[in-house]
Amino acid sequence: MKEIRLIDIREEILSDNQNLADQIRDRLQKQNVFMLNLMSSPGSGKTSLILQTIRRLNKEFRIGVIEGDIDSLVDSEKVIAEGVPAVQLRTGGACHLDAPMIEKALNSLDLDSLDLVIIENVGNLVCPAEFDTGAAKKVMILSVPEGDDKVLKYPLMFTVCDALIINKTDYLIHSDFNRELLEQRARALNPDIKIFATSCRTGEGLDEWCQWLRETIG
Amino acid sequence: MHELAVTEGMLKVVLRHAEQNQVQRVLGITLLIGEMSDIVDEWLQRYFDYLSRGTVAEGAELTINRSPAVFRCGECGDEYLVNIRNQGSFSCPVCGGRNISLISGRELQVLELKVIMNEGNPID
Repeated sequence: MKEIRLIDIREEILSDNQNLADQIRDRLQKQNVFMLNLMSSPGSGKTSLILQTIRRLNKEFRIGVIEGDIDSLVDSEKVIAEGVPAVQLRTGGACHLDAPMIEKALNSLDLDSLDLVIIENVGNLVCPAEFDTGAAKKVMILSVPEGDDKVLKYPLMFTVCDALIINKTDYLIHSDFNRELLEQRARALNPDIKIFATSCRTGEGLDEWCQWLRETIG
Repeated sequence: MHELAVTEGMLKVVLRHAEQNQVQRVLGITLLIGEMSDIVDEWLQRYFDYLSRGTVAEGAELTINRSPAVFRCGECGDEYLVNIRNQGSFSCPVCGGRNISLISGRELQVLELKVIMNEGNPID
């Protein structure tokens, strides 16, 4: 006779990814390598910020970059042109990077010769927030042209990040972006989030951003 | 938006438990998905229908329970529900405190399976 039964499971679907991410985090800590996961929509300025960060911190920290895109080598080529090792992950369709992908990328970097690894995640404000990469800190960029209402539309990303960079402040004069409102909304959801305002064009705010990074790595 | 990755992960969990319990067929899967997660139910079922073909879970119906976003106030300990996308303020409705932490709403869980067991030896 066919028996129908209910089986109690209560298991997190992403637990495999979480476990690997935790292992990566431990391993990097033991090797004294600080990894940052940088996330944002496409075009917010992740690559520009990474290039500006490299130029300011390259003498103090040995930096490596993991580039994540659906396709193309464009970003990793820019990074390599700065004299910094880069690994390009081409997801071929996946909208985010996850721990297994990052592990593979880390195995292609000489971690003994690095102090800081920056992950440039796939341009996407939704999915990367769900997948722990094993990074020590998560940072997001929101650029001025995107608008100040994004906290309401993408709450998870704002919740999980340690820092928020409001980029392209040189556009403020062209828009009705309300910086105070954005900061208020972000802090309401995530009281501990550190907020920076930068322009990779004018250089505004980049020293403060790098100082925080310096102190956080130290 | 990442329903495919979630469905793949879900199927792995389901098939592992199905095998451990020597299940003949999975009829239904109950999931708990937090309100903070941007998953569209319809796409989960569609991806699942495709990926589960040829497995014991083929044809299983997904039941998706939503877990609300609940915050805890660090000042007074109150726990309260928040309608994430519509709410202007997340601060504590009891004391107005802003030292808040999210205690529920991020789940992505397989809660329960409804299965047909492998037929054992007949009793008579």
